[in-house]
Amino acid sequence: MLATEEDILGQAEAWKKSGRGVAIATVVETWGSAPRPVGSHLVIDDEGRFLGSVSGGCVEGDVVTQAQDAIADGKPRMLEYGVADETAWRVGLSCGGRIKVYVERVD
Amino acid sequence: MRFDLLRAMNAERRARRACVLVTDLATGAQRLVGADDLAADPLAEALDRQLRMGKSASIEHDGGHYFLTVQAPPARLVVIGAVHVSQALADIARMVDFDTIIVDPRTAFATDERFPRTRVVAEWPDEALPAIGLDRYTAFVALTHDPKIDDPGLHQALSAQCFYIGALGSKKTHARRVERLAAAGFSQDAIARIHAPIGLDIGAVTPQEIAVSIIGEILLSLRKKPLRAEKAA
Repeated sequence: MLATEEDILGQAEAWKKSGRGVAIATVVETWGSAPRPVGSHLVIDDEGRFLGSVSGGCVEGDVVTQAQDAIADGKPRMLEYGVADETAWRVGLSCGGRIKVYVERVD
Repeated sequence: MRFDLLRAMNAERRARRACVLVTDLATGAQRLVGADDLAADPLAEALDRQLRMGKSASIEHDGGHYFLTVQAPPARLVVIGAVHVSQALADIARMVDFDTIIVDPRTAFATDERFPRTRVVAEWPDEALPAIGLDRYTAFVALTHDPKIDDPGLHQALSAQCFYIGALGSKKTHARRVERLAAAGFSQDAIARIHAPIGLDIGAVTPQEIAVSIIGEILLSLRKKPLRAEKAA
């Protein structure tokens, strides 16, 4: 199934309604050649299921982990990714851009 | 994000109403602002600007740092004519996330069998379109070649604020269409909004290729420049 922006926030609502812990990650700023535009969403549940994207698949793994922490402690987080990271080959953007991602729990 | 705000945002989108979720990035505090409440909001100017562009953005205001999640209604495609090109068009439009509605009074064409995954309305355009409600987030395409069916649809699309209007037919066919629309009282400026011959000039031959050229032209209108209705506003 192709996930549209509509499916993504609709899914967040459905997951929450069914009793799961849910977090929403949103691209809030981009610099350079970022793969997904500002406003793109990734929704994550407490078992690590996710829908949507905040990059071309480069940093989603890390966002999902951070989102599960946010579901656990309820604190929003601001994450930043770029090629300058030491671990760029693992959780960075190969395209050379930089992005900021806001992660918040649905309460 | 508060669950009630998430539910409200989803409800607004389903109702084809624009809204903006404002998040204070320092405190996490949030509010949902509908298009009607815009003027009274402290961030009215920024909200209005982003809503017009249909783009989410980070902004600074009075030392605060906010994120605006802008939700414009999903783009919609209304097609007059349940013809061969429309079948391909409906499939491609679904892939690029348009809600598509096909209108054709000819019940032999307007069948669920021919359009298994698309809403089909077997009525005349002048009956069907008021209920569908053409708006500035709608692309309108007339594909029947038959003035009896296409023209009433075009009248409504020109009177609404559709961001794209296209009509199938050769230059000759379109010249006659222009004469009829002028005779019906539409101005040259209004008539000039119609893309005809329809579609980007990619040398399309098959119905599928014509559908690609039409979708390409619609996306060009949607993404490359401000919506026409907004430029005029």
